[in-house]
Amino acid sequence: MSTEEREDIPLHIPDAPFRPGDIPVFEEWTWTPQDLTKPDIECDADETYDHSRGLIRVLDDEGMASGEWDPKLTYSELLQGLKHMVRLRIFDDRMMKMQRTGKLSFYMQSLGEECIAIAQTMALNEQDWIFPTYRQPGAQFVRGRSMVSMICHCIGNVEDNVKGRQMPVHYTYKEGRYISVSSPVGTQFSQAVGVAMASKYKKLDEVTITWIGEGASAEGDYHYGLNFASVFKAPVILNVVNNHWAISTHYNVASGSANFASRGLAYGIPCFRVDGNDFLALYSVTKWARERANSGLGATHIEILTYRAGAHSSSDDPSRYRPSNEHEFWPGGDPIERLKQHLIKNYEWSEDRHLELEKDIDEEVIVAYKEAIKYGDLANGPYPSSDTIFTEVYEKVPWHLQEQWDEMKKWSVD
Amino acid sequence: MVQSVNSALSNMLEKDENIILFGEDIGYFGGVFRTSDGLQKKFGKHRVFDSPLSEGGIAATAFGMGINGLRPVVEIQFADYIFPAYDQIVNEIAKVRHRSGGEFWCPVTFRTPAGGGIRGGHHHSQSPESQFTHTPGLKVVYCSTPYNSKGLLISAIESNDPVIFFEPKRCYRGPFYGDPHNVPTWKNHPESEVPESHYKIPLGQARVAMEGNDCTVIAWGTMVHVAEQAIKDSGLSCDLIDLQTLIPWDKETIINSVKKTGRCVIVHEAPKTSGFGSELAASIQERCFYSLESPIIRVAGWDTPFPHTTEWDYMPSPPRIAAAIKKTQEE
Repeated sequence: MSTEEREDIPLHIPDAPFRPGDIPVFEEWTWTPQDLTKPDIECDADETYDHSRGLIRVLDDEGMASGEWDPKLTYSELLQGLKHMVRLRIFDDRMMKMQRTGKLSFYMQSLGEECIAIAQTMALNEQDWIFPTYRQPGAQFVRGRSMVSMICHCIGNVEDNVKGRQMPVHYTYKEGRYISVSSPVGTQFSQAVGVAMASKYKKLDEVTITWIGEGASAEGDYHYGLNFASVFKAPVILNVVNNHWAISTHYNVASGSANFASRGLAYGIPCFRVDGNDFLALYSVTKWARERANSGLGATHIEILTYRAGAHSSSDDPSRYRPSNEHEFWPGGDPIERLKQHLIKNYEWSEDRHLELEKDIDEEVIVAYKEAIKYGDLANGPYPSSDTIFTEVYEKVPWHLQEQWDEMKKWSVD
Repeated sequence: MVQSVNSALSNMLEKDENIILFGEDIGYFGGVFRTSDGLQKKFGKHRVFDSPLSEGGIAATAFGMGINGLRPVVEIQFADYIFPAYDQIVNEIAKVRHRSGGEFWCPVTFRTPAGGGIRGGHHHSQSPESQFTHTPGLKVVYCSTPYNSKGLLISAIESNDPVIFFEPKRCYRGPFYGDPHNVPTWKNHPESEVPESHYKIPLGQARVAMEGNDCTVIAWGTMVHVAEQAIKDSGLSCDLIDLQTLIPWDKETIINSVKKTGRCVIVHEAPKTSGFGSELAASIQERCFYSLESPIIRVAGWDTPFPHTTEWDYMPSPPRIAAAIKKTQEE
């Protein structure tokens, strides 16, 4: 058996729309806060078709809030959100500088995506579980983790709560129900569904939130998660952060469709696509999803549309694969700038007060940094004892590992 | 070594239009370690392209392409990330020739950076070769220098069997002698001269990197260089065997050497238990028992996850290896 050749049916190979040297042109945003209604939490998945195809917004381009999705937060709640976002940005900036001096091996910033974990975690209850990727560290600020503790982890010193075992940014924060971040992308997504199933099994009033990048949504874990959540009506909030880039891979390569939100519809899960740089919209959609989950109606699937303004990590150089100023063309703007404008236009906020806030937080970060490096850093030590290589591998150390542990002590360089 | 891997890929893309390259970030960007830099531009995006971020998908589609007459060379960005592809590799790709009565086979090469020494923590440092040497149907290769990376990779790609090809990422830009504060480049290393043209190092053939009579030291990947340092530090004269191919391993070279020296140390980064060193030690004692003057010693990573800040206490170091070599002389 042989097949004839035909020249007219080549394999389709997708590519990014813009590469270095190109002038990026994003499609103009025609979406407004008035576009989409807020469905009843008991709605059928199909009733969210328009919500998965359009874009849920509350803040318009001028920084004014309107529409059914406006969560009507108080000034102090909004200010709290703004402070956390500014805190994360300045924190990231300091960590990137420390990375360049070797005080930590590696870093990943949340630039342009600060809004996501912060708004969404604020919309949850404190008993709710958080299954993040490496780009949702901001949730820890909302849950009250000290900056010193976060820095100690990143610089791998003796006060690192995970004992120098993980790369920086792979936080674990049990008190905040923030699960240990793992480098293999996507694994947390389906695990979160299991946590939510256990919550229901134990009849506990808690939901789980998880995120995955649009790139990692090509992994099996994403699809397992959707399916289990659908089958067992798990109380889970399933977010796909579409920030356009998975290292150098544009979302065109992650999926043959530019819309990630609506994938959940086939699983019978309500789907929303939301403006990822709009604090109010994110808060509101998450609140809705929590209420639905907590009413026994199961999962919600959310595509968070944003743009990764920074490099993938400190090891990455995005100017090799995308126009270096591409993020400036992103119609969604900057999440901090947008909430700031909203506060200035509607409340007692001003550019001066914002500058004051930045100054205060800069000081807070420097104080935390100085405190943290007292306990050592990756460039200079001291490190966690090399005994930590052997502890907590098992609940109790088996004989073969004990032998190796004893052997290691003869050679330890620490 | 980045350039030599790139050169092997380039030679093969030129030679055979059924060869295609795909994997995460390998197309336009040229890979996170730059091993496919410039290849998309040179050969076109239908030959060298980015895949979705899905190791299971990469392996499964490579299976299908292999069955349909292509010769895919795929990259798994870090060996630690190969496990979503494990089912496809172990249950499908490795077994299809046998299970189909020889009617189908799948000549795919999986290239993957492996090993530690780059502060990569649990998930950017592992060396999972023995997870694959335990799978019938796969060939397993572990290069160590610019010269052998190219010659072995070309053989791997030309092999009609599936090959898992490990590249020690610590050595991409230079050999590593166990001192993180003093890492040279490949310049002036005898194995850094790499011909531009196509050449092969046969699979199944080890490289004798040093010659001596006191002990046989077997290593692969980064550990070849660390062991070289250890031998120098020990003051003894040893055969240093760079295994290069783990499956099938070079029986003649190893047996001849152990019969000559009567002593043997095996070094690998991967955890000791069920590491490939165990297989070698067992086989050597089966074949050379009456030549052995002392027990075979394995110097390996500990049976723990790979640490981040304390990685120099995890990886076998020149002093640990040198002590093992000396210990073989005591009996």
